[in-house]
Amino acid sequence: MTYVIAGSCVKDDACVEVCPVDCIHPRPEDPDFETAEQLYIDPAECIDCDACVEACPVDAIYPDFDVPEKDRDSVDLNALFFTERAVA
Amino acid sequence: MSATRIAIVGAGPAGAFAAGQLQRHGNWAEIDLIERLPTPWGLLRAGVAPDHGEIKRLDETFDRTVFRRGCRFFGNVAVGTDVSHADLMRRYHAVVYAVGAQTDRSLGIPGEDLAGSLPATAFVGWYNGHPDFRDLQPDLSARTAVIIGNGNVAADVARILTRDVDELARTDVADHALEALRESRVERVIVLGRRGPAQAAFTNAELRELGRMAGVAVVVDPAEAELDPVSSEWLAEEGTFTARRNVERLREYAAAPRDPSARRTIELRFLRSSVALRGDARVEAIEVVTNALHRDERGTLRARPVSEETETIECGLVLRSVGYRAVPLPDVPFDDRSYVLPNDRGRVLDLDTGAPVRGVYAVGWIKRGPTGILGTNKRDAAETVRSLVEDLRAGRLNEPEIDGGVHDLLAGRDDVVTVGGWRVIDAGEVAAGAAAGRPRVKLADREALLRAAAG
Repeated sequence: MTYVIAGSCVKDDACVEVCPVDCIHPRPEDPDFETAEQLYIDPAECIDCDACVEACPVDAIYPDFDVPEKDRDSVDLNALFFTERAVA
Repeated sequence: MSATRIAIVGAGPAGAFAAGQLQRHGNWAEIDLIERLPTPWGLLRAGVAPDHGEIKRLDETFDRTVFRRGCRFFGNVAVGTDVSHADLMRRYHAVVYAVGAQTDRSLGIPGEDLAGSLPATAFVGWYNGHPDFRDLQPDLSARTAVIIGNGNVAADVARILTRDVDELARTDVADHALEALRESRVERVIVLGRRGPAQAAFTNAELRELGRMAGVAVVVDPAEAELDPVSSEWLAEEGTFTARRNVERLREYAAAPRDPSARRTIELRFLRSSVALRGDARVEAIEVVTNALHRDERGTLRARPVSEETETIECGLVLRSVGYRAVPLPDVPFDDRSYVLPNDRGRVLDLDTGAPVRGVYAVGWIKRGPTGILGTNKRDAAETVRSLVEDLRAGRLNEPEIDGGVHDLLAGRDDVVTVGGWRVIDAGEVAAGAAAGRPRVKLADREALLRAAAG
């Protein structure tokens, strides 16, 4: 399983600060941070610790099996962000 | 030594993040949040769309990091009229301007000011219960509405115009807007983008959401969803993750069969610029030209009309969503080309000397221009607060003559909203909402807000 950030993310970076494995990107210091519309969780790195869920001020983070219907696409979108980044 | 006193002017997200960041540096400062509206949190309350209720939960964070940590609130106090910049400089070691961008950019085309043509920002304020736009009365009697611009404000407005009213009735949309939208005859919303699908300023989330509304069809002309060579090259070289997904989504919309049961449509059109609004007393039509993209000498992608031929679209409402713009503040330096306070990492600079003006700072849209999303203000505030704290440590803050906040200036006024007054407004709105199955029922009238705050 992995956690997933939905489209209601406001790019408050509280999740980045608390993530113990640094799997939430882009980070504020990354070049693509400003243009990113939201933050994404790398499903290959996420350890399901739940820290980001607690930290998110707008409750935009869900376990992948529990993403609300309207945000289902976010599961693929989070993964795709890292796939594309790897080849860029 | 008495405490360091800091005034933050504007209680929107930038001001709130700045207050929160200052508190993180310790309890050394007395922070006063001065706001021209009776309520705090700016566009979180009056800008974020009512059907995006989850984002509004940020108000809990603001309350916890700002008011519960002891910041004071002076609502319904306008800096520039009720209180001057000089008044603040006589009383505070630092004044942080977080006033945002309070007006809209204009298009500069004939007919722009006809009745029925409104800034999208005014429409947003209207449906969100912003007291300044309570009496806007947008005309929703014509079948077609046109939105100029294709960013997230345009998407918000398109959703509010087309979404099932019974769904909206479960949100905190303003009651006067809900009533008007119930009677709305708008069936067709046309959204005009100056550039192509690759340059659309929607986020993936907003674009996806348009296609997820019951009874609403998103229409994209397949020919317009295809990229011209300039855009294909641009997307490959400079396109963002968001832009690539948007292009895919727009192709999906273009390829989708038309839903015959949809009662309303949102037509996303690209490479179109409006050149004039037509009508006698009010808007009856908009004239648009078709653009092509090219790179200018500096490599920037620009749209220009391919010919003088215009298309006429009949409509009764035009909402102009081409960006916010800041307005100057009396006695504070203002860069009237970029529409921001000239600043270096948040330190406001003197226009003549370029040197920092002691004790004056900027944060949010008035500092960087109207870009970014809510969370962008957090980093922005962190930068300004870093500058302020450095100046404090170096003894470079303002030295006020008067020991105390703005109280003496507001003596005799019984209409200043405090944190306590805001809590009464908030609790009342939430209670009214609970009774109606809504997150809150907003008071949208300044007098009603002030009466509520006064208990």
